[in-house]
Amino acid sequence: MIFKHFQTPLMLLGLAALGFGAAWPLTTAWAAQETQAFIKDFKFAPLTIKAGTTVTWVNKDDEPHTVVGDAGLFRSSGLDTDERFSYTFDKPGVYPIHCSIHPRMVATVVVE
Amino acid sequence: MAEGEWQAKKFWNSGINRRDEKSSCRNPPPKEKDMSDDKLLQSRRNALKCMAYGGAGTLFVLAGGVLTPVNLAMAGDYGKGGSKPGKPLFVQISDTHIGFNKEANPDVNGSLTQTIDLVNGMAEQPALIIHTGDITHLSKPAEFDLAQQLLSGLHTTELHTVPGEHDTTDPTVTEYFNRFGKASDNKGYYSFDHAGVHFIALINVLEFKAGGLGTLGPDQLAWVAADLKGRSSSTPIVVFAHMPLWTIYEPWGWGTGDADQLMSQLRRFGSVTVLNGHIHQIVQKLEGNMTFHTARSTSYPQPAPGEGPGPGPLKVAADLLPKMLGITSVSVQPHPRVLTLVDTALA
Repeated sequence: MIFKHFQTPLMLLGLAALGFGAAWPLTTAWAAQETQAFIKDFKFAPLTIKAGTTVTWVNKDDEPHTVVGDAGLFRSSGLDTDERFSYTFDKPGVYPIHCSIHPRMVATVVVE
Repeated sequence: MAEGEWQAKKFWNSGINRRDEKSSCRNPPPKEKDMSDDKLLQSRRNALKCMAYGGAGTLFVLAGGVLTPVNLAMAGDYGKGGSKPGKPLFVQISDTHIGFNKEANPDVNGSLTQTIDLVNGMAEQPALIIHTGDITHLSKPAEFDLAQQLLSGLHTTELHTVPGEHDTTDPTVTEYFNRFGKASDNKGYYSFDHAGVHFIALINVLEFKAGGLGTLGPDQLAWVAADLKGRSSSTPIVVFAHMPLWTIYEPWGWGTGDADQLMSQLRRFGSVTVLNGHIHQIVQKLEGNMTFHTARSTSYPQPAPGEGPGPGPLKVAADLLPKMLGITSVSVQPHPRVLTLVDTALA
């Protein structure tokens, strides 16, 4: 489920950068952009990112959460404390998200 | 069970003692044999309200018909001299959250085992067990397997379930239905009859919309209408679902958005009992012929509505925890057919 997004050649490069970054440092121009977003106190951190960025959500609550794109592009499994879910936003736009366990938890990801 | 009855009586008495001189709770109920069925029901409802006011030193205010949560028995048999509440019909177990392992309760398996021992120890075994969802914490196969293994320790083998939103977070939403979907043809909602009582199991944790409450959906509501059609209004109805079927606290999503459409179908019945879990604490509301009741969890308590950032696990002192976990048992009297709810804590 998590890896189904890593299908484009660009993302394979991104994975390679992660795996061999220490031995083969790449310039930032080559490495795909990544950012981390905490889920804490029943809130998603608001996000504004550049197209091509991989967002990794990390659940910092004692309660599980999910990350679901309202438009159906992605849906995580239930994330327990400190579990994470990643998705790469390739195209600019405004992406509303919510938690399917707590549907009152809503936020938007702005991709520029 | 004996403890639950004792608690119920105790708090009835405390309701009398603590009564507000201006309240309608001043007089003990008249003797039941002198009353018509209607009056008897009314008397019981009044008594129930009064008990709620008196419970455990907490002052309850009926605001819009909603009682604030309590941790102690609110309902029970308060008839003349504490007569028996009738035949045990079923026990409601809720929010077992198998797989949870955080500080609020590192041993949810042990708490469920304790719960099962409590039920198995009842003097007269209930005919059915109803689990109102969040069987597991993360919808994992191993969690469901363990939950089923533990629940198989119940002496009462007839188990009816509905899923909670924690049971439906697997990518394909199949783990729950593979195990418990048979009763509903994988739809999640179904009905059955037992001892003259009509039971309706509903699912309100699918079709969540961002920002919304629980949802029953038009298909399920149409099915309920068909299920109730032609049924006598004197049939006692028990409805159960995971999320509360009335709005307890909207900012936390504690309610079901289209529940009104369900209630309008149930209003003609003389006795309707609506049971839910989800909020890990007892909240009760009485409205006309309908009793709404949420059960305690067997895993961990949650905060009272609006206390703290959200409805997560509430950490309490170890000795306090079993007092905040427990079950609801429901008994039925044959003549008149009256359902009685008793909440029993694990300690």
